Amino acid sequence: MTAKLSANNLTLIRGESCLFQGLEFALNPGELLLLEGQNGSGKTSLMRAIAGMLSLESGEIFWNDMPVSGQRQEFHGALVWLAHRTGLKGDLTLVENLRFEGSLRRQAKTDPEVIYERLGITRLKRLALRSLSAGQQRRVALARMLMAAVPLWLMDEPFTNLDREGRQLVMDLTQEHLERGGMCVMAAHQDIKIASPIVRVRL
Amino acid sequence: MDSSNLQQPGIFAGLLAIIRRDLLLAWKRPGDVLNPLFFFAMVCTLFPLAVGPSAEQLTFSGPGVLWVAALLSTLLSLNSLFMSDYEDGSLDQMLVSPQPLPVLALGKTIAHWLISGFPLVLISPLLAMTYRMPSAVMGILMLTLLLGTISLSLLGSIGAALTVGLHRGTALLSLLILPLAMPILLLGANTVSLAAANDVYGTGIWALGAYAIASISLAPYATAAALRISNE
Repeated sequence: MTAKLSANNLTLIRGESCLFQGLEFALNPGELLLLEGQNGSGKTSLMRAIAGMLSLESGEIFWNDMPVSGQRQEFHGALVWLAHRTGLKGDLTLVENLRFEGSLRRQAKTDPEVIYERLGITRLKRLALRSLSAGQQRRVALARMLMAAVPLWLMDEPFTNLDREGRQLVMDLTQEHLERGGMCVMAAHQDIKIASPIVRVRL
Repeated sequence: MDSSNLQQPGIFAGLLAIIRRDLLLAWKRPGDVLNPLFFFAMVCTLFPLAVGPSAEQLTFSGPGVLWVAALLSTLLSLNSLFMSDYEDGSLDQMLVSPQPLPVLALGKTIAHWLISGFPLVLISPLLAMTYRMPSAVMGILMLTLLLGTISLSLLGSIGAALTVGLHRGTALLSLLILPLAMPILLLGANTVSLAAANDVYGTGIWALGAYAIASISLAPYATAAALRISNE
């Protein structure tokens, strides 16, 4: 087994219900791990488990073939998480929010302005995030993801609140990231049109 | 993916960044910051009105009242320490950040102390005047409050982390923290009383200092562990 990110025999029990049992996957650079399932089937929980925020009933997640639990810091340094709640401060502006994120994680050398331009948020730079629409806030969260120089993207429902153009943009960005040798774990309901290899996990 | 030439920011950069962010947030929402301070000032000024202007009585009860008010005001303000981060998802982002969680928790607590504890220390001499405290004793009061509020903020951060997932956790938070905070209250109030009575008071200050150092070195780890548990 020589996958970059892998898992074996994952079992997660929340309350009285078993969300998944004996789940396995292996992901290599350039591949997309697509989590499929109905609402409440445990996609977000699995993603939280991968990020090391939920303790599993059994099983282990491996990064570079070593258990994540023994190298949490290194693993977290290699991932960025686009969560349901954006994790951005409504009282701060876009630039203030992203500057804070920049002190936590390795940053790409790309000029931030280029990223803002691509996401169409350049003219929102001076506004408090609270005054932006949900879709615009999601674009700011995408900017944070793009500015982090990390190989692994965890994306929980990345298309929520985005317009058609925005959804296509997420698709394009994911494709580019995979072509650069990055990896994505994505939970999504809609069809994903991506040329890179897709590993599907059905929950 | 070649990222070998890019550096992971150091823990000091992370610590400063979170302190700066929280101070900036407080600056944009001054109401939240001033509430505990108002509470402190109100209790301290109302008490003399209620018990009467007898100088003897005020000098006697001053240190105790000031200290109890400081303790309660700190406890009240602590409830919100991690609340907004929990609600907007920032806490999740902190948990998956490559920065060590104890460092981030310490940064948040330092910012919280700078916002609530430090101003309280600064205005305490003003309120102590209401109790006819001699100016030499005011210095001791400030010193004990300085050391005491540092410990209280750090201890409180553990409780705030444990109760962050619960709604209306204030009562529980106070119950959890009060036993640990009791020695601080006793040491602080008694040291000031001893100083006011021209007695030997040094021991209390050393003990408060030791308590503060122990809190600084241990509390961030407990807070980090508590945050992981309550965010599962």
